[in-house]
Amino acid sequence: MPVITYRQALNDAFAEELTRDENVFLMGEEVAQYNGAYKVTEGLWERFGSKRVIDTPISEAAFLGLGVGAAMMGLRPVVELMFWSFAYVGFDQIINNAGCIRYMSGGLINVPMVVRGPANGGTNVGATHSHTPENFLANTPGLKVVCPATPYDAKGLMIASIRDNDTVCFMENTLLYGDLGEVPDGAYTIPLGVAEVKREGIDVSLIAHGRAVLTCLAAAEILAAEHGIEAEVVDLRSIRPLDEETILNSVAKTHRAVLVDENKPFCGVSSQIAALLAEHAFDDLDAPVLRVTALDAPAIYSMPLEKLQLPDAQAVVAKVLSSF
Amino acid sequence: MARTLSLPSKSKKTAPKKVVGPAASKVAAKKPAKPVKKAPAKVVSKIVVKKPVTTKALAKKSVAVRATQPTATAKAAAPSKVTSSDFSKSPFNASLKPAQKVGFLREMLRIRRFEQQALKYYNQGIMGGFLHLYNGQESVAAGTASLMNGHDEIITAYRDHGHALAVGMGMNECMAELFGKGTGCSKGKGGSMHFFAPDKHYWGGHGIVAGQTPLGLGLAFAIKYKKINGCAVAFLGDGAVNQGVFSECLNMAALWDLPIVYVIENNGYSMGTSLERSSAVNGSLAKRAEGFCVEWATCGGFDLYELRANLGAAMERARKESKPMVLEVSTYRYYGHSVADANAKKYRAPEEIERYKVDYDPITLWQNQLLKEKVVTQAQIEKIDAEAKAEAAAAAEFGIASPWPTEESIFEDIYHEVDHKTEAGQTGRFFFSE
Repeated sequence: MPVITYRQALNDAFAEELTRDENVFLMGEEVAQYNGAYKVTEGLWERFGSKRVIDTPISEAAFLGLGVGAAMMGLRPVVELMFWSFAYVGFDQIINNAGCIRYMSGGLINVPMVVRGPANGGTNVGATHSHTPENFLANTPGLKVVCPATPYDAKGLMIASIRDNDTVCFMENTLLYGDLGEVPDGAYTIPLGVAEVKREGIDVSLIAHGRAVLTCLAAAEILAAEHGIEAEVVDLRSIRPLDEETILNSVAKTHRAVLVDENKPFCGVSSQIAALLAEHAFDDLDAPVLRVTALDAPAIYSMPLEKLQLPDAQAVVAKVLSSF
Repeated sequence: MARTLSLPSKSKKTAPKKVVGPAASKVAAKKPAKPVKKAPAKVVSKIVVKKPVTTKALAKKSVAVRATQPTATAKAAAPSKVTSSDFSKSPFNASLKPAQKVGFLREMLRIRRFEQQALKYYNQGIMGGFLHLYNGQESVAAGTASLMNGHDEIITAYRDHGHALAVGMGMNECMAELFGKGTGCSKGKGGSMHFFAPDKHYWGGHGIVAGQTPLGLGLAFAIKYKKINGCAVAFLGDGAVNQGVFSECLNMAALWDLPIVYVIENNGYSMGTSLERSSAVNGSLAKRAEGFCVEWATCGGFDLYELRANLGAAMERARKESKPMVLEVSTYRYYGHSVADANAKKYRAPEEIERYKVDYDPITLWQNQLLKEKVVTQAQIEKIDAEAKAEAAAAAEFGIASPWPTEESIFEDIYHEVDHKTEAGQTGRFFFSE
């Protein structure tokens, strides 16, 4: 199987869908002639032309809203945000329009749009470029939220998202764009709402999404090698819809859960998982549900301190050990 | 500066520095200006109308004319209580058949009677929500709907009942929606501000000021993308022009040559704040389009002929040339921003409201016009009105008698995939309450 980057996996997904469906178009700042600020859309403008791959002005509210309007008419916009942090100037369009129109129209309208881009800290660019809004967006019934951790998942989830008839907020990660992984040629889909056990184990469940999954896998290796603890790593992949069954099955097996989340702790994604476990896994648990999250402060610029702000493998190991 | 769009002026040079339109102040313009009895100007080939010019000035530039249809002029004639025949010879009006003209009257009366019926139940506390009434502005929605070609798409803000009825939505479904009933056009999930009818090319009904303006851009984008022979018409109020997203839209509309007409329904008040207190105006709100290389025009919205002549030209241009345009239409609402706006008579003089009702009422003007043209009799008007009243009353009864939405419906119409029980709607949990 070909080994390609997370970035290339996304690029392949776009190429597949642009070829398959003429209603699909890509839009965003620098996505076309510049080849993408992070080169995720490289070569697509040259291949598919200006009608299908479109550079926008720096006007997030307008081009997000344009995407909603075009999607209402049956097109399938894939709208890039250079950073998900920039969504905040267009939040009205995502929440009030993409998120609510179907409901407020009594089901007469649907908005088959993908809004995508990186949503991560850890890149030494300060608070305004480091937000992780998956929790905000998943708080809106009507929106779907996806956070792939690997190249394989990125391609399959992207194709599924483009074909989905609802609005999908697709959160990538600049720190993962260069990661390599096995990815099949051609189109395939990974359904939204299906988590994956990325590593099997029997002693503790590490539950995460996005890059935190890789942190968990690294922690699991240390736990196995140095502490004789076999951790199971559950990758949520999709925040909403959420695969609760896989989470609960894992915890029923391991009796311990540590939630690892680059989201902030207060009302973060891990809070929702913790509530789920409190409600439905109470009798299975041998220890309190613990969390390792981003520190509860705006993303700091200073590099060594910023590294402290995000969960790393050592912090996960320490948290796991504290539960035994 | 006060809004200027309603009064004619001979030229930029001779125009008074502070031109005051009918809604401008309590003291200004005790009587309406005489209408400009000129034929509408021919189309101007330049995209940007640099300065407001008179129809006469435009006529002089007719060497540049390359099409026969008229376009809106920067300075349109004032509305007139005397006659509405000034624009009757416009290509968009000249071939209207008597039945169509009477049909427009019926549409406007239906809107007004619908609103009055809604107000009655709102005041009784039987109907909840917000209620942004369209009384006084009926000509704009009715005129617009009459110009749609079957491929045009329209979208508006929260004062949306008039547009909904004008495009053909039924009174029953609309009234039931106001009552929050399951038989409502949005199954009781949207309310007054959120009427939709995609099958009638009507995309709402949007509650956030100017939030609909980029959606309109998306409609125009899709029209162009799919090579449809149509245009998008997006309505906004005079308050919405101050939202940043509207400026973003104008830039993108021009940049991408999108076939959209932004119609500013300028009723003079941004909720309780008059135009003078909310907007920096250099001649007109529409003129702001100049900064984005978007053609603009202004016209009176009281006279249906005038509205149709100007908007018809703007829509035709959008369709044929795939170009955006901003058309500012002067209009007036008789009630407050919403019915909950208890200060509606405090931030504007009762005399002002009364003057509009007496001199500028679009329905009265149109009735008088049709009587003058002898296409309708007083008795026929009364019959049409009685029918509209009866229809609205029956719609209210329908709404009241209709059942509430079922509790199960709370979780319907959120995700398309779930509603349609597709494979994608089966995986994972979508709703997180028990």
